[in-house]
Amino acid sequence: MGNEEAVFFSRVLTELTLSFHIIYATIGVGIPLMIMIAQWVGIKKQDEHYILLARRWTRGFVITVAVGVVTGTAIGLQLSLLWPNFMQLAGNVIALPLFMETFAFFFEAIFLGIYIYTWDRFENQKKHLLLLIPVALGASFSAVFITIVNAFMNAPRGFDVVNGQLVDVSPILAMFNPAMPTKVAHVVVTAYMTSAFVLAAIGAFRLLRGSNSTYHKKALFLTMKLGFIFSAATALLGDFSGKYLAEYQPEKLAAAEWHFETGKGAPLVLYGVLDNGEVKYALKIPYALSILAHEVPSAEVIGLDQFPKDEVPPLYIHYLFDTMVTIGMWMTMLSFVYILGIWRHWRFVLSRWFGWLIVLGGPLSILAIEAGWWLDEVGRQPWVLRGILRTEHAATTSGQVDLMLVLFAGLYLVLGVGSVVVLWRMFRKNTVEQELADRASEKAGDIF
Amino acid sequence: MTLEIIGISALGLFLFGYIIIASIDFGAGFFNAFSTVTGKQHILTKIIQRYLSPVWEVTNVFLVFFFVGMVGFFPKTAYYFGTTLLVPASIALILLAIRGAYYAFTTYGGLKHKRYTILYGLTGLFIPASLSSVLSISEGGFVKIENSAPVLDYWALFTSPLSWSIVVLSLTAVLYISAVFLTWYAHHAKDEEATNLLRKYALSWAGPAIITAAGIIFEMRTHNPEHYQRLLDLWWLFGLSVVFFAGTVFFIWKRRSYGLAFWLLVGQFALAFLAYGASHYPYLLYPYLTLYDSFTNQSMAIALIVAFIAGLGLLLPSLYLLLKLFLFNKEYVQGNRNDEHA
Repeated sequence: MGNEEAVFFSRVLTELTLSFHIIYATIGVGIPLMIMIAQWVGIKKQDEHYILLARRWTRGFVITVAVGVVTGTAIGLQLSLLWPNFMQLAGNVIALPLFMETFAFFFEAIFLGIYIYTWDRFENQKKHLLLLIPVALGASFSAVFITIVNAFMNAPRGFDVVNGQLVDVSPILAMFNPAMPTKVAHVVVTAYMTSAFVLAAIGAFRLLRGSNSTYHKKALFLTMKLGFIFSAATALLGDFSGKYLAEYQPEKLAAAEWHFETGKGAPLVLYGVLDNGEVKYALKIPYALSILAHEVPSAEVIGLDQFPKDEVPPLYIHYLFDTMVTIGMWMTMLSFVYILGIWRHWRFVLSRWFGWLIVLGGPLSILAIEAGWWLDEVGRQPWVLRGILRTEHAATTSGQVDLMLVLFAGLYLVLGVGSVVVLWRMFRKNTVEQELADRASEKAGDIF
Repeated sequence: MTLEIIGISALGLFLFGYIIIASIDFGAGFFNAFSTVTGKQHILTKIIQRYLSPVWEVTNVFLVFFFVGMVGFFPKTAYYFGTTLLVPASIALILLAIRGAYYAFTTYGGLKHKRYTILYGLTGLFIPASLSSVLSISEGGFVKIENSAPVLDYWALFTSPLSWSIVVLSLTAVLYISAVFLTWYAHHAKDEEATNLLRKYALSWAGPAIITAAGIIFEMRTHNPEHYQRLLDLWWLFGLSVVFFAGTVFFIWKRRSYGLAFWLLVGQFALAFLAYGASHYPYLLYPYLTLYDSFTNQSMAIALIVAFIAGLGLLLPSLYLLLKLFLFNKEYVQGNRNDEHA
């Protein structure tokens, strides 16, 4: 295998692993917080429904977290197996957050083990809830630390290269690079948002399938409220991300927005297609790109004309940007209308078609997460470490990457199908109605 | 003590932790599968399930910690081992992934089938076998430099008596460590039948474990004379290790002090591990890579060590809590407490 092939297959395998892992990782970061909120509401209101909600979410979470853990282990090691040159360099500067991530993960794993086996151990439910705090913290901090590594790849700081040697390394400066604040906030908040909408989709689906329990209605209302809060926060963070990109990675912003020529008062290009370098059928919002980049309608935004051809990311990232932003806006609106509709007693938010829209919101949110990560990774090309190391120079020289790609693809198929089948069976066998009835009779004392 | 030594000691500690904990886990899975095939499932499954359930995820983290820390402290290993280990490490990863995920699927998802139990048991043998190839490779002789890039010579690896001895040792050690621990655990749970069966396993794997371990020292003589000489220089550590081994076998044989027997076993492996590691010094990969030329810069090393100490401050109390609630909780171990998962 030539080295170009090794680079190509390494990229495909990394993309496949990350695309699969990110589904479970995103859910894994967000759901502990949702469980915590539900259990807390349940304890506060002394409402059995919310407690059961937390308990059933936990059961599902254990399955998704298992797939998240094993695929996370895979990507952790694949970084060294597929990108040895990158890790050799990056290990010198950005190993600290990677190392800290394993501690966060360790912390989460220990308390998750304790939490799931102690549902019935404590008289005082609050004590049990306390055990969940390290799980949620560990999960969120895992995301924080890993995203710091990714931020470093976009804006490498904290070292100098003199005669090909790394000097003056500062691990702390490397961690607190310019990309870090917006990226970390964006990843963590969208994980909460996606988890809320995925759980909302499940609740809506059960209601559509004829389960008329107040349990699902409470679940749906709670998750839509949370989803709205986090999606509104995401929109705000999106604005900050735009300003970060304009300042530090103008080529990524310009490629994502199809902004070819440097100029003042730049319009924001939404949708459209690229035909021989011409933008067609696009929606152009005057001055919006200048506002997004610099807050001022007349501000100058750097275009792709300022960069050498071989340092411009692929232009198809515009479609990824559109997908991400459109879904984000759509979900913000949908959840807002739903909440308002419940408060104002609008009948249509309880209709079947609206229910299906909420169901669709689950997979759409996951798609937005995928589009966002593809945008981030492809938008950084041709660099693996922006301005320092090109992707083609970072890959392994090993000749068996294509075979490994086939093996891992098989693995992800097995894990994906397995997790879906198991989750499906788990909740169908043990329905909410059945469990509520069991718990009621248990409380009444006739256990047997 | 230099930063390099602190770094490798921290990693060694976690690697050793992984070897013990993962061996218990792999062996438990195998014994469970074996008892299913031989119709003795009713004796073992309960006790093994009760041990494994709350700790399965923790085992994996030890491994992740090791390889992330390795790249952190010794970034050049990413280049040398990353390039050469693509195939064996990928195979181990895939097996680990299937094993971990299907453990959760069967335990929490109600996916119960004899097929999965057997698959689970077999991965417990293949994973240590493929992971142990890292040890063989680090002995040198299997990696060549072509066009200034390291390349693994598969043919040499697969035909080497040393690499096969290491594979066999990894298997016997897994089964021996696991059997001794589970004997103690079953006894702790007052499960007479399981204790007797596991005790029998422990005694039958003791011999093969010590013989294969000795075999490796023998193989080393021709494969890597330099390392062999350094091993011999540390004969007293190995001698002490053998004394500990004899202690374990004695107590298991006499059916008493199973707890002490297990801790002697930990001591036995710790001494052997230490002696092996110390004699490997200063090489990480014979003859290309030493601790010193692969070490990271000073500021990163200090940052990692600070993070390591802070992290341990967080982890040790948490691990203690986990052990207290499950492993050393009489009510839980004996199954009197009805701790169903979520």
